[in-house]
Amino acid sequence: MTAEQVWDALAEIPDPEIPVISLVDLGVIRDVAVEGDRVRVDLTPTFLGCPALEAMRRQLETKVEELGGDPEVRVVVDDAWSTDRISPEGREKLRAAGFAPPPPRAAGATTLVQLQSKAFRCPYCGSTETRLENIFGPTPCRSIRWCESCRQPFEQFKTI
Amino acid sequence: MTERALRLLELADDELVVGWRDSEWTGIAPTLEEDVAFSSIAQNEIGHARALYELAAAELDSEADALAFDREPGEYRCAPLVELHLLDWAHTIARRYLYEEADRLRIEALKHADDAELAGVAAKIDREEVYHRLHAELWAARLRDEPRFRSAVEELWPFALGVVEPDLRPALARRVGLEQVDARERGSHAPELAELWEQMTEVRRSVPGAQW
Repeated sequence: MTAEQVWDALAEIPDPEIPVISLVDLGVIRDVAVEGDRVRVDLTPTFLGCPALEAMRRQLETKVEELGGDPEVRVVVDDAWSTDRISPEGREKLRAAGFAPPPPRAAGATTLVQLQSKAFRCPYCGSTETRLENIFGPTPCRSIRWCESCRQPFEQFKTI
Repeated sequence: MTERALRLLELADDELVVGWRDSEWTGIAPTLEEDVAFSSIAQNEIGHARALYELAAAELDSEADALAFDREPGEYRCAPLVELHLLDWAHTIARRYLYEEADRLRIEALKHADDAELAGVAAKIDREEVYHRLHAELWAARLRDEPRFRSAVEELWPFALGVVEPDLRPALARRVGLEQVDARERGSHAPELAELWEQMTEVRRSVPGAQW
């Protein structure tokens, strides 16, 4: 078994909360290391409060077992992971499903002025005439915005 | 217990209990948007508690859930600020605001710790807390001239000082704009902790080792 085969298999696992995107496209798989039958997968959750963390861990373990491997899933927590790791394909899949992808991580911390600016694009109609409705949404990684142009709410992925 | 494990338990217990208290607004917050906000903040604070308990568990040869739910009430290291049962919006927002101000100072200090693992977790938590702080700052600005909010902040101020170590208290006083007073220190608990503990640990105590 090679790391590449494991990556290919993991690419089939949908995100438990947003199944239009895979865990690999979401960028949360940090590393795969294969040593004989032992397969180590490093995972970083978008937010530590992610309710899907245990579900992701189980899905990863099951997938590795299906390949005949002995899985070890490690949750790696550091500042190196950011939403900038979501792949271009992943960003497009999010947009197509009505989730506005996150803006790039800036040098400083996100400010309220930025969140209230018109820099956020509606995933449905493409307008930037959108406003912040709630910093928080159905999961820690999403916020709620309202599009003034097509007059509907949409979910905005938070930058981390 | 090492100094490191003790510090980790203080942080983790604060995050778990503040998350538990914030979650008490789920379903009954004054507006639907705040219901969503408090529920999400609570969930994320408890996620931080889990990451911190896991670091402590590795050192204490224990498990995160065991540290969170299998200790006796007197063994918890949380600050009394997070224990208070405050079903009043002015006090709830005052606690959110003061807790975030105190928490940001200690997390900032931990980001520069020599302990790379702890510094990494602190940096990740800090990124996520940005959104909690924005929420708290928005409310603090909105209620700034409201007498009920101002008196709630003053009432909780000694409790807020007790969240951080003495060396960080002058900085906290500067940020909040209040004079330093005698802190309500951690070590003794508010009377409400016993009831919270009863609820929080009920399932674990009924079915030890339960998984779901």
